[in-house]
This record gives sequence, structure tokens and C-alpha cells, in this order.
Amino acid sequence: MTSLPQPRPRSPGSRWLDRTFAVAGALAAFLSLALFTWLIWDLVRLGLPRLSWDFLFGEVDDAGRAGGIAPLLVSTLWILLCCLVVAIPFGIGCALWLSEFVRRGSLVARLVTGGVDLLSSVPSIVFGLFGMVFFAQTLGMGFSILSGGLTLACMILPLLVRTTLTALESIPADLRPASAALGLTRTTSTVKVLLPAALPGIVAGITLGIARALSETAALLFTSGYATRMPGSFFDSGRALSVHIYDLALNVANGGPMASSSALVLLTLILVVNAVAVALSEHWLRRRHSFS
Amino acid sequence: MTSSKNTSLFRSVDRITGGVLGLLALVSGGMVLLIVWHLLSGAWPAIEAGRLGDFFTDTKWQPGSQRDPQFGVVPMLVGSLLVTLLAVALALPMGLASAIFHRYYAPDFLEHWNRRIMELLIGVPAVIFGFWGLMVVVPAIVQLAPDTPGQSLLAGGIVLGLMILPLIALTSQAALQAVPAAQLQAAAGLGLGRARTIWSVALPAAKGGIITGILLSMARAVGETMAVVLVCGNVPQIPASLFDPIRPITSTIALEMGYATASHKALLFCAALILVLFTALLVGWCSFRRIKHDPGIGGA
Repeated sequence: MTSLPQPRPRSPGSRWLDRTFAVAGALAAFLSLALFTWLIWDLVRLGLPRLSWDFLFGEVDDAGRAGGIAPLLVSTLWILLCCLVVAIPFGIGCALWLSEFVRRGSLVARLVTGGVDLLSSVPSIVFGLFGMVFFAQTLGMGFSILSGGLTLACMILPLLVRTTLTALESIPADLRPASAALGLTRTTSTVKVLLPAALPGIVAGITLGIARALSETAALLFTSGYATRMPGSFFDSGRALSVHIYDLALNVANGGPMASSSALVLLTLILVVNAVAVALSEHWLRRRHSFS
Repeated sequence: MTSSKNTSLFRSVDRITGGVLGLLALVSGGMVLLIVWHLLSGAWPAIEAGRLGDFFTDTKWQPGSQRDPQFGVVPMLVGSLLVTLLAVALALPMGLASAIFHRYYAPDFLEHWNRRIMELLIGVPAVIFGFWGLMVVVPAIVQLAPDTPGQSLLAGGIVLGLMILPLIALTSQAALQAVPAAQLQAAAGLGLGRARTIWSVALPAAKGGIITGILLSMARAVGETMAVVLVCGNVPQIPASLFDPIRPITSTIALEMGYATASHKALLFCAALILVLFTALLVGWCSFRRIKHDPGIGGA
């Protein structure tokens, strides 16, 4: 409840309106939480019985109807690794440049910001098409973990740029003139002063990017492939966990039970990563308040 | 003079750093051009062969047919639009009412926790929504209307609506939070009741932010693939009722790109171009609104 003052309602009509608002709002709030609880409960109910050590560390068998998900977990992590190794330098570099090295509002800065904003509007299936044509075919990487990871890197790039920019903007304003007054070059001041100050926000952004990459399916359909064996190198095709759920649900008869177990694993992974991101950004907000 | 030498050395270090970072930034900003370029070159064979006319005038989508190949994108466009509008129609009342409740009626801790939970739920993968829809929503619809396949416009709308609900709730909450306290106090000074204040003061003041949130969620819903491909039934037709199966553009690309060749493939790229145009317009409109009307209200 906020600062909204509550004068005693004058007429029965307005009291009735107020009650209607309260009941409808409470109902909507309850219903939206209940729906999500239902979703998660269903996944737990359907997925938990099959969840075991053998499931997590076993090979895929019978198109996914039996066995485990170990190779898929490994592929997912490798794709994520590729994605982050590329996306982090580009994302942070772009944000640093926009915030510290060009005049805000200059034409080139506006163009780059606009480009990044537009990139964030591209649907994930289109990233998949692009990755298939550019990384897999033009650059000759084929259906591989590398193509998939690079495609995802393009996808989470806008998120990293945005969160890093926000983090840099919320650094206490006097740090910049203070470090300039010490005679630090822009490079030193960026690396030694601004980046450490913005680090919690940047890490929270990267964590969100990880969650986004883990949950992505459409962009990986035509880039990282469907192979269910353990990947041997980054040029091997590897099926991500999310693609596995899709395949089991759509193409494999009686794939439902195994799909729910895989979905439960994926959901747990993502909720944990997301919770870390939320906790980090709250921690960082509190620190920022204690600064000022 | 060592100091001036140092200064010029430092300057050149800055110049190198600026150059490297600038290069990274230009690549990041130019990526979208690279994507559009590749879509265009993928779509070019169809544009060159003058197929775009068929694209909009054919009434059916049967690109593989030998006897009567037809390339009508309209049923899928309509499918994408309908399922998106249905999702927003379902999610908006719930998200907005829940945001109003948490902002003005519920105790503080509830608002705080609700926001945390919504921030977590915003990250639930689309494929999980789709899978849950297939296992739970579709059978429920079959029970409701026994003669239908269950995989339908309605199922897609429900699943997509649930998916964008956290986004709408969060953006509405942020917009309500940004309403200046002075306006609310002025309303109280005029003797308005709580409900009247919300209806006549807070909601109009927050309208811009709420609409931005709706546009962002629409962009997300239109571009969504995994949630719809599993529950919509994938029949490319203009639906006559809520219980008819549909096939949005995104599903078509996901289902057919694996085996499409020649002009079929080029037309899928055209479909992707239309999709990008659509989401870019929605998101561009959002940024424009944000700059013009309500600076400071963040979107997603």
C-alpha cells in the first residue's frame, strides 16, 4: 500500500466502488499466482517421479523415451559458454563506449542505441533463421554448438548492453570528475573506477542473459542441431535441453513423461539463475542507496 | 619533459581503448542490419520471381503441392494477430487489476513479494508454457467442447496470455509507481475516495506506461514460437471460431524451414521479414513513446 491517502468514502456508491476494486484486484492477483502455481505443480507432479541420478547422468535412449539427459545438459552448457564468451565483451564494450567514450545524443551514439534496440525486437525464430544462414552456411560452421552459441550471443546482446548501461548510469555522479581530477586517463578510470562500481549491476545483467539463453528454443532449432550424443567438440551438433522438450512434445509419441522431467530440470535451472539475478540487483540497489 | 610525454602516451592509450570499444559497439549496433540483409537475400529469389503478389492474394498455404501450389500468407498473418490479441485481452485485465491491487490495496510486503515472483516467472521458458498447454490446457478444451481437436486459437491465446501476464503486471506496476504522489494527494484533498482516485487520477496518469507495456507484450507474443507451435494445431486457415486450429507465422517457419527448398524457402524468409517488420514497428513505437511521453518509466 502506498502513499495513497484514504479519506472516508462519502457516499454508499463510492464505498461500493472501492469494495468492487478491492475484490476484483485481489481475485486477479490470486488467480495469476494460482495459475503459475498450477503450472509448476503439474511439472513437479509429472516430472519428479522419473527424476533420478540415472536420469541426470544417463545417455539418451529410444529417441528420448528412455535413458537420461546427460549429453543434453553438456550441450546446453557448451552452447551457453560459446554464447557468453562472445556476448559479454561485445555487450559490455558497447555499453562502455556509449556511456564513457562518445557524447550522448551524438548521431553515431543514437544510431548504435537504435540498432541495439531494434535487435532486441527481433523474434527468436528469426535469430534462428539468421544463424542458420550466416553462421551455419556462410561461415561454414554447420549445425554445431558454435553456431547455436553465436546465434544466442546475438540474441542476448541487447539485454547485456541495456543492463550494463543502466548499471553505469547509476554510478554516483561524483566518481567521474573525482577520477578525472586525480589525473587518471579515461581508460584507467573506466577499468579501475567505473567498472568495479558498476560490476554488481553488470553481473546481474549477465545472469539474466544466462537465464534467457538457457530458456531459448526457437533460435537453436536450425543452428545447433538435434544430435543426442555427447558432444566431442564445439563443431559437433548438440541438442539443447529446451529443444529436447520441444522434440519430445511434438515429434515423439509417448514422449510426455520424459519431457516433463526435462522441463522440471530446465525450470529449476532457470529459476535458480533468475533468483540469483533478482537477489544481486536488490543487493546492488541497497548498496547504491547507502552511497547517497 | 616527461610529463607531456606521459600525457600524450595516455592520450594514445585512450584512443586505442576508444577505438576497440567503438568497434565492438559498431558491430553490436550493426548486427540488426546484418540480420535484415540476410533475410532480404534469403527472400530475394521470391521477390525477384514476382511471387510477392501470390503471397498476399493466394487464399491457401500449400507450398509443397505439385498440382496447385499456393502461397497465401494472409491466413497465417490473421492467425498471428488473432492469437496475440486474444492473449492481450486475457492478460491485460488480470495483470492490470493485480497491479492496482498490489499498489493501492495490499500491504507493502505483498507488493514486494509479488514483484519478486513475477520477475522470476518472466523467465519461465516459452517451451515449458507450450508443453504445459499441450498437457493441460488442450485436454481441458477438449472436455469443454468434445467435438473439437482442442489445439486451437483459444489454447494458443490462453498459453500466450499466461506467458505475457508477468510482463504486463510488472510494467503496469512500474507505471502506477511513477504516478506523482502530489497528484494523489491533490485528489485526496478534493475528497475523492480511493476507488475514484485510482479511476480518475492514477490510471490516466499511468496510461502511457501501461500502453508501452502492452505494446512490448504484443511484440513478445507476436514473435513467440514455442508456446504456440505446440498448442495451436498448425492448420493454416482463417479460424471461424475460438475452437478452430490456426497456424501463426512463427510456427510455419519453425515447422517448415527444416525441409523447405527453393521458392518455398524464399517465401519463408519473406514471412520472417514481415514478422520482423511487425515487431520492429511495435518496439520502435514503444521507444518513441517512452522518449516523448514518459521518460523514466522502464519497459521490460
